[in-house]
Amino acid sequence: MASAARPRANPAFYALIALLIFMSIGPVLLLLVNSLKLDVDITSGAGGLLFMPTIRNYETALCDILWYEPEHLRFCQIRFGGAFVNSIIIALVSTALTLVMGCMAAYALVRFRFMGRDSLSLSTLAVRMIPPAVLLVPVFGLWNNAFCLDNDYGLGAWWRDTFGGRGDVCLAGTHGGIILIYVAMNLPFVIWILQSFIVQVPRSLEEAARVDGAGPFQTFFIVVLPLIKPGLAAASIFTFRIAWNEYLLASALADRDTMTVPILIVNNASEFDGLGTIFATGMLLAIPPILFTLFASRQIITGMTAGAVKG
Amino acid sequence: MARPTSPRLTANAAAPLRRRAPMLNRLTPYLFVAPAAVVMLLALFYPIGYMIWGSFRDWDPSQSLSETEFVGLANYAKLLADPAFHESFWVTMVFAFSVVAVEMVLGVGLALMLDRELRGMSVLRTLFILPMMIAPVVVGLVWRYMFHQTYGTFNRALEAVGLPDVNWLGQHPLLSVIIADIWQWTPFIFILSLAALQSLPRSALEAARIDGATGWQQIVHIKLPLMAPVLIVTMLLRLIDAFKVLEVILVLTGGGPGLSTEILALRIARTAREFRELGEAAAMSNYLLMLLMVLTLGMFAFTRFQEARARRLRFAAEQEEG
Repeated sequence: MASAARPRANPAFYALIALLIFMSIGPVLLLLVNSLKLDVDITSGAGGLLFMPTIRNYETALCDILWYEPEHLRFCQIRFGGAFVNSIIIALVSTALTLVMGCMAAYALVRFRFMGRDSLSLSTLAVRMIPPAVLLVPVFGLWNNAFCLDNDYGLGAWWRDTFGGRGDVCLAGTHGGIILIYVAMNLPFVIWILQSFIVQVPRSLEEAARVDGAGPFQTFFIVVLPLIKPGLAAASIFTFRIAWNEYLLASALADRDTMTVPILIVNNASEFDGLGTIFATGMLLAIPPILFTLFASRQIITGMTAGAVKG
Repeated sequence: MARPTSPRLTANAAAPLRRRAPMLNRLTPYLFVAPAAVVMLLALFYPIGYMIWGSFRDWDPSQSLSETEFVGLANYAKLLADPAFHESFWVTMVFAFSVVAVEMVLGVGLALMLDRELRGMSVLRTLFILPMMIAPVVVGLVWRYMFHQTYGTFNRALEAVGLPDVNWLGQHPLLSVIIADIWQWTPFIFILSLAALQSLPRSALEAARIDGATGWQQIVHIKLPLMAPVLIVTMLLRLIDAFKVLEVILVLTGGGPGLSTEILALRIARTAREFRELGEAAAMSNYLLMLLMVLTLGMFAFTRFQEARARRLRFAAEQEEG
């Protein structure tokens, strides 16, 4: 390796690394610092890092779910707390559903031979490139018209009782509607990435389970799943990230009560007088991905490389 | 559900057991696939078909699709004659290709430079993937602040060294958007090319070193050619993703000033929601889809070709040895 030839790295090398680190986390730090500043401090330019940190922006942002009333606020304008709860529900539920469905499908594609297998695996691969913008028009049309359920009985009533939503039970405007499109959007990627992990599970283990009398579902859930945990971790992080960060489709489907955080940020980003508050909401939106990155970077990198190298 | 039925893990599974519950056996794979297949059919393939159908119709958001009028290829033709669509198309192209080109050069270059056993390498990689994990909306927010004319970070830095201000988002909007994307996605290329570098066969590198190849020669004649397959797939993946970018641009410039940063994805959203021309937006989506389909097919073809070549080489090597 190169290190053997050049055992002593020169200072320029370390300077380069320091610069790279500064460049990659600088904007993130800027976000954090600005979210702790008053608006005057953000725009005045004086100080830089020398300022009195304040949590006032966070209080303003979270005013609708705080247990006390922040003194500086006369009324609660940004309903960030509700959007935050919506984002959490949508991201968690869609991640869980995607993973369960995805790993079962991936297992079948790897281990069984059945009619339609090839076309399924091919179409899974092909739809990976579909951008959300392409789905915007049909999803908007379908979720508002064709996918409306009858309000009074049957599936429609159950859907409304379970997921809430407006009077006319269309998928648009419910958590369920947003979750459905996120699950569908993420499934191809999850199926495809988990396949590369399931292939590596030794077949002998599954056969041993079968000899012991386990059915296919038992074999899958008890034997295979624990062995592909790293793959599941990677897949869940990527799915969560997309569901958590997505703006376009959510903005087409959500109404006032199901609005997610990215929508709220885009809607409020143009008003520059609430600069600090917007930075605080941005920071709150960025925290879960940052935590994932810090604690599971290995899984993320594994997932990324598995996703690309096996193209 | 978990009742022990006679299992059939593979096609050649135990034949004597098969008779006990033949129906369930045959259905097992379908039971595994069904949930995912149903969701994808309902919320992915059906919408795509719906969109293609809708692209031939004069479609207003207040109508359901069956009430609309069939207009044939009118939407497509109208777009082809629309200068705004042309501009949007070229902005998308310039954005996607310049972003990918710069990111490839930077990412691969950095990977080549940092490919050594470094104590803190894993920390470094963790910090590098941070930008791409954060919501594009937030990235746009931060960069809009940094590009701001009066109190933005860049202009303050320019002022500090005595240079004149630059009106980033006003006069160089496309460049600003490209810079933000490069910041966010260069690490992707870096991480993948680093992984590719570290899985290169050591024997080839050692042989080159023993033969006295300089560092530069090693890179040009050994490392890059060996990395090429992974690099090309990485590049195509990134290119496909570059056509999906929307939120960063939406927050940074909103597509403006004028149409200077209005990429296709953004134009689709505006056509559908502001101009309320769903048919036209569907036709535009279809153009974008076809474009991405070509790229994806290119990627497939390339991987297939690469696999075939690898097999042939391995076969040839075995022949030589034997």
